[in-house]
Amino acid sequence: MFMETMLLTFKVALIVTTILFFIGIPIALWISSTKSKLKPVIETIVSMPLVLPPSVIGFYLLVFLGPTSAIGSFVEKWFDLRLVLSFEGILIGSIIFSFPFMIHPIQMGLQSLPKSLAEASFTLGKSRLQTLLHVQLPNIKNSLLTGIVLTFAHTVGEFGVVLMIGGNIPGETRLASIAIYDEVEALNYDLANQYALTLFAISFSILFLVYIINGKFNGALK
Amino acid sequence: MIDIDIKKRYKNINFHFKTKIAINSLSAIFGESGAGKTTFLRLLCGLETPDSGYIKVENEIWFDNKTNLPVQNRDIGFVFQDYALFPNMTVIENLRFAQTASDENFLKELLEIVGLTKHTDKYPALLSGGEKQRVALARAVAKKPKLLLLDEALSALDNKMRVQIQNDIQIIHKRLNLTTLMISHDIAEVYKLSSNVIIVENEKIKKSGPPDILFENTKLSGKFKFSAKIIKIEPADTIFIITLLIGNNLTKVVATQEEIQKMNIGDNVLVASKAFNPIIIT
Repeated sequence: MFMETMLLTFKVALIVTTILFFIGIPIALWISSTKSKLKPVIETIVSMPLVLPPSVIGFYLLVFLGPTSAIGSFVEKWFDLRLVLSFEGILIGSIIFSFPFMIHPIQMGLQSLPKSLAEASFTLGKSRLQTLLHVQLPNIKNSLLTGIVLTFAHTVGEFGVVLMIGGNIPGETRLASIAIYDEVEALNYDLANQYALTLFAISFSILFLVYIINGKFNGALK
Repeated sequence: MIDIDIKKRYKNINFHFKTKIAINSLSAIFGESGAGKTTFLRLLCGLETPDSGYIKVENEIWFDNKTNLPVQNRDIGFVFQDYALFPNMTVIENLRFAQTASDENFLKELLEIVGLTKHTDKYPALLSGGEKQRVALARAVAKKPKLLLLDEALSALDNKMRVQIQNDIQIIHKRLNLTTLMISHDIAEVYKLSSNVIIVENEKIKKSGPPDILFENTKLSGKFKFSAKIIKIEPADTIFIITLLIGNNLTKVVATQEEIQKMNIGDNVLVASKAFNPIIIT
């Protein structure tokens, strides 16, 4: 039980982080370089999960992804996939909930680079993609790392959204943070403590590692 | 021939640049800061898009009402004011990144011209300002462009470094048969390097032509004229001695009680002198 829940927790975190990494970079690039009037709208949407109660996001996801909703019934009919009370459901919920944690650091990193770096690359005949891959991303390694780690850690630690949309199905949607709540309710303090301590130790180690590595990146660039 | 006539409106400012530049010439763009010199270069190379007009480079149209060649496809090298070297690449990697077809021998030659053969494997963070500027210059021409544009490339450097890079620019300009446009504030530099001056004033090109003709009518007449800064005003008997900074030299000039009323330390002033016979020491 314990191992199954922990593994599921990290599987979700890993998948969510990977997906958000690849979605996050183009969105962060767009926000950091656009002069469009839509920019504040998109920025607001990206930041919403920071201030909204997780239960609000969870509630709307339930409403919009549920089997009776348009999206939910479509996906269920064509892909034989149920988006609520399922593993796929908590993935979607986690991706939306962790959105700002990936995008903000990358956006800040890109904005901190002098504009002339990308422009210099353009004058050297390089496309936007070449510029992104060879000039911009290699110079914001610490922002990328921060984004990855915050997203991962935040997904491991989330509670409300997952509970709302995923419920508490062992091996399917029961993540560590929910398991803690569950065990406390059942007065299994020992098991709750085991989960809590593991999460605590892992979160500490990850963040500690990031600060060490970021210190090295910064040192190398100075 | 490069034929330019472009207009751009930006935050209530109307830019209008119209001029013709001969191929293989070295032109200096001269004017006060804020006059629009950088905007002119950015519009020319495609980093900004004009609202209307045309840019023709020899027989190729870079911009008109139908065409807008992206900056990547304009055959240019651009030296940025802040150098814009890629911090994640060493000197040689910066140059290699600029090349479309690899030509290590040419890169070697470039590094020799700018005197950086010793620093090929250093990261930009470890270079001095002058060295960075030379890497930026070498990188801008590494793909052998037709046009070289320099945006106030020398303004941040001390005199000695400036002279060296001026020489580098001259050598590279000739060696690669470039058409070069450089922004400069310094009349001496303009005289030394350029065969054509483009004077930018109030967001427009006011006039252009060879420097001796252009400046002789306006800036330089029979008398000596320098802009200077007042460093010190000290009384000596019945007169006052004023210490002035002209370029990098300190000079003392005499003034009367009446004259110093209008002067303050730190003021920028014009020092002119008539009817004397200067000796040129070589």
